[in-house]
Amino acid sequence: MSKPRIAIFDFTSCEGCELNKLNFENELLDILELVDIVEWREAMDDKAEEYDIAFVEGSISTPSCVERIHKIRRKAKILVALGSCAVFGGINHLKNMRPTDAVREDVYGDQKYLFPTIPVMPLKAVVKVDYEVRGCPMSSQEFLHLLKSLVLGRKPEIPDYAVCVECKLAENECVLDKGMFCLGPITRAGCGAICPSNSFYCTGCRGLISNPNQEGALDMLKEYGFSKNEALKRMELFCSSEVLIK
Amino acid sequence: MNKDLNIKVNHLTRVEGHGDIVVDMKQGILKKAQLEIVEAPRFFEAFLKDRNFHEAALITSRICGICSLGHQITSLKATEDALGLEVSEQTVLLRKLLIDGATFQSNILHALFLVTPDLLNVSSVFPLVKSHKDVVLAALRLKALANEIGDLISGRAIHPIRCIPGGFSKLPEVAELELLKHKLNTQGRDDLKFIVDVLSTLLGNMPDFTRETEYISLYQPSEYGLYDGTIKSSDAGEYPVSDYLSVTNEYIVSHSTAKHAKNKRSSYMVGALARFNNSYDLLSPGAKALAEKFSLSAPNYNPYMNTIAQVVEVVHCIDEAVDIIDTLLDRGIKDEEANQAPTRYGTGIGATEVPRGILFHEYTYNRKGIIEKANCIIPTGQNLANIDDDMKKLVPEIIKESKEEITHKLEMLVRAYDPCISCSVHMLNVKFEN
Repeated sequence: MSKPRIAIFDFTSCEGCELNKLNFENELLDILELVDIVEWREAMDDKAEEYDIAFVEGSISTPSCVERIHKIRRKAKILVALGSCAVFGGINHLKNMRPTDAVREDVYGDQKYLFPTIPVMPLKAVVKVDYEVRGCPMSSQEFLHLLKSLVLGRKPEIPDYAVCVECKLAENECVLDKGMFCLGPITRAGCGAICPSNSFYCTGCRGLISNPNQEGALDMLKEYGFSKNEALKRMELFCSSEVLIK
Repeated sequence: MNKDLNIKVNHLTRVEGHGDIVVDMKQGILKKAQLEIVEAPRFFEAFLKDRNFHEAALITSRICGICSLGHQITSLKATEDALGLEVSEQTVLLRKLLIDGATFQSNILHALFLVTPDLLNVSSVFPLVKSHKDVVLAALRLKALANEIGDLISGRAIHPIRCIPGGFSKLPEVAELELLKHKLNTQGRDDLKFIVDVLSTLLGNMPDFTRETEYISLYQPSEYGLYDGTIKSSDAGEYPVSDYLSVTNEYIVSHSTAKHAKNKRSSYMVGALARFNNSYDLLSPGAKALAEKFSLSAPNYNPYMNTIAQVVEVVHCIDEAVDIIDTLLDRGIKDEEANQAPTRYGTGIGATEVPRGILFHEYTYNRKGIIEKANCIIPTGQNLANIDDDMKKLVPEIIKESKEEITHKLEMLVRAYDPCISCSVHMLNVKFEN
């Protein structure tokens, strides 16, 4: 049986998720035993006509992005959205919070029509996405788990519970009690609660759980001294595409 | 010679971000030779507006995955300047250690994973896994070690966590620092020596091209300036950081979603070679010895040698990192809280050397600690005009070579600058409505 062919692409993004893959210094050679990387513009010149698994980082934000992702979807048996920008829009999605014309004017002034742009979309708004690895940057351990599962033909186990669960398991002191803001109660676990473990707050970079009690979270944050406006604004930093309250 | 030449490289490989190389020569007259930045605009300045000071660094970090630490530190310095937040000596030392780690990581990634394939005539580092396994293993170990610095001191190498306004959210343990120092001194130096020996044999494959330009970098008289200093120009001497706008002079060009910059000439260069040229004397003895081994002396005007200057800097960064850890261990780690009590609300500027060159962040805060204005000038953006000027000189010089050879040399030229294209397009016009 031949090794699965994988290809890696990036759209509107910071390439941090891709870099995370090149950061598998110890595991990289093991990974290369399992799969063949047939296209990866950031690290290789090679191109491929089709692949078994396409890993795609970044959001869709220009007309040419739309065309390009359709091409990739056609050539790939499985498509994995890597990182929050690809999965749900992430920080890129903040651009949609103001009218497009106003944002373009701000940035380019009277040259705004020189550079085309469309409202930011996650990959799933344009093509069918088979699997997701959330996080900003994507969580490396989750990526490895997904890759191994796909290669072995097993269903990956991706958590859909709050970061608080992982934080408690790590026996962290709750950062809310230390006076900090925190979105742990409604953010998707899978990162090992890395930010609270570093005495920083959960910024919601992995997006919300599938059934978040957004009103409840705002009430709770109010008790800790954060006004509704302030809490919403902070929630929107990464999760603007998922926040339902205005 | 009445040659016609048409080159279009779509989405150059082995660089960060999306750029096209375009050359158009008709009847021996060079009509166009340029790097077209096609990366989608990111609109980060729109994201910074109306954000509070706790969030600025987390946002700007997301401009780029490779330079995230650099953006964070520069952003924090700008915020601290604007809000009158003093930081402790320990914080400065830890940040310098992080910058050494980030420079080490980025330079190794670039030199070994993105450029070395060209010197060995392969399309990527992956074929080398079979033919040069030891080299790949050493390169991977070096990269992992560099990332360990970031993971230890800032909680995560990509999009750091512990770096906050006024200091750190959490501090390293003494035992962790001792282990890191040991690894740097043993495995780090051994692997680097091995890599250097291999690279020395490949230097002959580096194209020989010279174009003197203006070199701009951060400068300190007492140390190789990466964290703090003035702006130094090889043409015009030193400027205070507050003059950064009049030194960079950004302007829009139609063939690039990123702006260009110029100072005394039509273009200038930033990055490892600029730092090397401007601050050679301040490199560690080990770094200077390596430069000599590579026959790299200051000033050097071959942009392809930027990659070699990066490797020289890796030695310096390891040397400095070990020194800093020694100082920290000597003094002991003080369990201090980050200073987050603003003493003023105004405009502040941060300037730091990130791997690709000098980076500027400027913010204006209102009384509620909310950003009203933001501006960033990115090193890669500052290099774009210089790349175009290099291409315009290079193409006629090598015109007798085959189209494949010319294309390859142009690709290598752009790669040599280690461009971070996503970074350069995030921020464009800096007009603000008041």
